[in-house]
Amino acid sequence: MNVVILGATKGMGRALARLCAERGDRLFLLGRDAEDLARSVADLGVRAGPGPQVGFAQCDLEKTETFETALTAAKQQLGHIDAVVVTAGLFGTQEQLEADPELTERVLRVNFVSTVLFCEAARKLLLTQGGGTLCVFSSVAGDRARKPVVLYGASKAGLSAYLNGLDHKYYSSGLRVICVRPGFVKTGMTAGLRPPPFAGEPEQVAREVRAALLCPRPVVYTPIVWELVMTAISMLPRAVMRRINF
Amino acid sequence: MSGRTRIAGWGGVGTVGEQRLSEDLLHATEGVPLSRGLGRSYGDSAVPPLSDPVVVGTTLADRILSFDAESGALRAESGLSLYELNRIFLPRRFFVPVTPGTQFVTLGGMVASDVHGKNHHVEGCFGEHVLALRMRVGDGRVVDCSPTVHSDLFFATLGGMGLTGHILEVTFLMKKIPSSWIYQETERVADLDALLDALGEAARQFPMTVAWIDCLNEGRGMGRGILYRGRWATEAEAPKQAPKPKLRLRVPFQLPSWAMSTESVRLFNSALYHQHIPRVRRGIVSPEEFFYPLDSIRDWNRIYGKQGFTQHQAVLPASKGRGAVRRFLELLTSQGGASFLCVLKDCGKEGRGMLSFPMPGTSIALDLALRDRTQEHIDRLNELVIREGGRIYLTKDALTRPEHFAQMEPRLAAWQKVRDKWDPDHHLRSAQSVRLLGDKP
Repeated sequence: MNVVILGATKGMGRALARLCAERGDRLFLLGRDAEDLARSVADLGVRAGPGPQVGFAQCDLEKTETFETALTAAKQQLGHIDAVVVTAGLFGTQEQLEADPELTERVLRVNFVSTVLFCEAARKLLLTQGGGTLCVFSSVAGDRARKPVVLYGASKAGLSAYLNGLDHKYYSSGLRVICVRPGFVKTGMTAGLRPPPFAGEPEQVAREVRAALLCPRPVVYTPIVWELVMTAISMLPRAVMRRINF
Repeated sequence: MSGRTRIAGWGGVGTVGEQRLSEDLLHATEGVPLSRGLGRSYGDSAVPPLSDPVVVGTTLADRILSFDAESGALRAESGLSLYELNRIFLPRRFFVPVTPGTQFVTLGGMVASDVHGKNHHVEGCFGEHVLALRMRVGDGRVVDCSPTVHSDLFFATLGGMGLTGHILEVTFLMKKIPSSWIYQETERVADLDALLDALGEAARQFPMTVAWIDCLNEGRGMGRGILYRGRWATEAEAPKQAPKPKLRLRVPFQLPSWAMSTESVRLFNSALYHQHIPRVRRGIVSPEEFFYPLDSIRDWNRIYGKQGFTQHQAVLPASKGRGAVRRFLELLTSQGGASFLCVLKDCGKEGRGMLSFPMPGTSIALDLALRDRTQEHIDRLNELVIREGGRIYLTKDALTRPEHFAQMEPRLAAWQKVRDKWDPDHHLRSAQSVRLLGDKP
């Protein structure tokens, strides 16, 4: 599989890239910091063993003008792209965001506007080669707004809605859209937060998402138990949602 | 991101503080007093000081930056775990030159403790195989050091318990191995003299040796135990497939304190000794089984209950002969200290690290449940260690008194001088350095 990943230097993206490298996939990394990318490229190269080098290009979600050049570079190196994966995104706790309108604007902009624009560029590229998989990390927080993730969840809800529509519109053209909805996963992003029950490890997410890349489904809850958790939460009456702090 | 949490050593001694986990150690370590890896140090060496209860958690900084299959040179971020290294490199027939008794440690921790293992009599400490370090020192600078560049900082950092600077990157030599399996022989030995003889004999023939002893048995059978000796299996002896990672059981909750009473430990030790039939066993085992028997039970420290436990590991110099080992064990049994795990290893030559633990002689490691009189027991053991000219392993320690430590470490002044040069204000510190070196609490 030839896979382009935006966000592979950290967290779940890092774990997914490692698994792909170890399974023999060809990778191309996109990210904003060239030095950080080079370090991840080295790491993946050692883990993959002998084989073609992992390529990379700078691509910053906050700079829309970088999208096309980065994707073109990926296409050039890989020839055919089987999947474009987006794990990048911003996070802030509800308290941080409420206290800092600038940060709120940034989170909303990056997670929704910028990610959607990047997906638009990726969609066009995939469609010109006759199809492919677009796998984007949204969040269970986008399913139902809960107290600790009102603003972050809103940005992800928008993203999930967009991905849903994309699937409806372009499925018949060969585009396979995967909306990944991770639950609480122990990464640098969530470090310092108290892990709830069912908190997962990035390696488990990586296994489940790579399986989905091989056999695409429009919505992937990961770790898988979060599908049940969210089904339960979506059925709770409003009066309960107003009370619980989960 | 960060939040308050309990930060404790493997034995349970700790404090409430903030652990800053980050992929980016370069920024995360700015202004922070201590780094912490997987937290397998038994005592308080990875616990921050009370006045500045913050540690950088390094485990997310785990990228391999280069590997040269010709020389075996590997450079990686310091949070990379030995577990991950083994997973990646055992099937490729490379192994770390020196491994401690658990694979749930980070490279940074292996350097800070200058770990030793079953092959100490051949390969020395891990630090013997380290080529270079990248560090953030106390005054904030990022410094590359090696045996030739800033060598004082380099040698003070091997075994320096993380007090000379945050270890950001480690470059060391991996070893090529003939197969990814171990040829092991184990032998039941009836008393201390026979055991020490057998240990010495095994060291001449095998690159890896260690002995477990039943330290509750007194009198003539004192020091009876089981000797383990091994080497990497040859290609012909070994199974074709690389070993698969083992299923790990978990101790689900803390056991009540009576679970580790003298009586239950006596029973356990006796059973372990007597079930070893025939006297000598030979076979091919996985490196996991050979090097990391305790790793097969996750959270095994919970068997000691809420009160926790401590380890005491001391090395007694070869010049004092086996009399020293006998006197140590006699003192231990007279105190009635129930040790579930008592491990003997004959050490090779002293390492390059200015505070590295091993010296030529016999190392004795034991677990002690934390009870009312544990401090007193540790004091008596340390007094004996001082009389015999030995020293203790800081990685295991939570209770040694500063005056005792000063007496067993004539090397301390030279090490302090290097530390003062790179960190004059002693900004880098731990609960252990507050206790033993008089750093600002």
